[in-house]
Amino acid sequence: MSWFVQAILSFLAAFGFGIIFNAPRKMLFYCGFVGMSGWLGYKVFHNITGDAVQSSFLGAFAVAVVAHLFAKRFRTPMIVFSVAGIIPLVPGGMAYNAMRHIVENDYLSAITFASEAFMISGAIAMGLVFAEVIIQLAFRKRTPRFYTKN
Amino acid sequence: MDKELAIDCCLLAGRLMMEAGAETYRVEDTMKRMANSLELPAAHSFVTPTGIIFSPGSPHHTKLVQISKRSTDLEKIALVNAVSRKLSTGQSALSEAYQELLHIEKANVMFPMWLQIFSAAIASGCFLILLEGSWKDVPMAILAGGTGFTVAAFLDDLTRVKFFAEFMASLVIALISFFAVSFGFGQELDKIIIGSVMPLVPGLLITNAVRDLMAGHFVSGLSKGAEAFLTSFAIGAGVAFVLSF
Repeated sequence: MSWFVQAILSFLAAFGFGIIFNAPRKMLFYCGFVGMSGWLGYKVFHNITGDAVQSSFLGAFAVAVVAHLFAKRFRTPMIVFSVAGIIPLVPGGMAYNAMRHIVENDYLSAITFASEAFMISGAIAMGLVFAEVIIQLAFRKRTPRFYTKN
Repeated sequence: MDKELAIDCCLLAGRLMMEAGAETYRVEDTMKRMANSLELPAAHSFVTPTGIIFSPGSPHHTKLVQISKRSTDLEKIALVNAVSRKLSTGQSALSEAYQELLHIEKANVMFPMWLQIFSAAIASGCFLILLEGSWKDVPMAILAGGTGFTVAAFLDDLTRVKFFAEFMASLVIALISFFAVSFGFGQELDKIIIGSVMPLVPGLLITNAVRDLMAGHFVSGLSKGAEAFLTSFAIGAGVAFVLSF
């Protein structure tokens, strides 16, 4: 499938989730953009390595970096942008397959799928946190003093 | 400066953010910033998903507010954040900020329900293609996703039991997809179900749970993780119930 179609669809999906989560009207476009960059980052890396865990890490990393840049730019909490962007990366298919195999009494395959879903969730979380830490180090301010002595 | 009003202002801001689904560490940070700009430098807050304890320091009394309902409302988070920012940069006075917060609490800034259902349906269709489904299944995914989201919203409103609402929603999605495939309107049962279930996935809870755990808020992180697990379990159980026949 062409990259263009993927970009459009992931944009639309993240835009829709922005509406469901009631993102501010002016930010909906940027929510969609964050979702698109996360999904394309995931897809590009997935084409190269074929490993879902590593590509999820990179996708979540891209989401957090772009969301953070928008958050700085518009002075809005980062969560507004990152929530909708992270949804396409959630391992819904893996979790579904795990559930399906449990129902079919095929517990061995179920555990395989479940552990992969677990690994992907962990990778997404790590990607988010790593990006945030790196950006915080890059944009560190000199005067964030909350306790002023006087 | 009226210290009692300042304390109420901090608590109201914290409660509004928590009810709208903000991260715990951000709520504590916002409350601390507000307290500092309102000349309460010794203030401490303890935020959990079900309540906030705020101690403004002596001679004032510690206060507690309960948080009974939690939803996802990103616009509310942004609005409260803007109020706290204006307060700490000195652009607005305490009474103004308090009035503004009261206004935010009452205002209903959600998108209309039909638009939410419509976007859930469209998102389901998009996910079907992103997960390498075939274009022929898109109408069924849109139908199932929209119906599932409607059922979840309606039952959540009616019963106030999220678990039940999500279970029934994924049950309805699985039933629609199953009949669509058996009557020849759809082709791949798995793909249709996965795509349509996506709007119910607790994405915000999972992200927040992990962020809170990493920020050292173990109580909130674990309880939000439990909520996310319960939701995923409800969705999985609803789908499994249909698949088991």
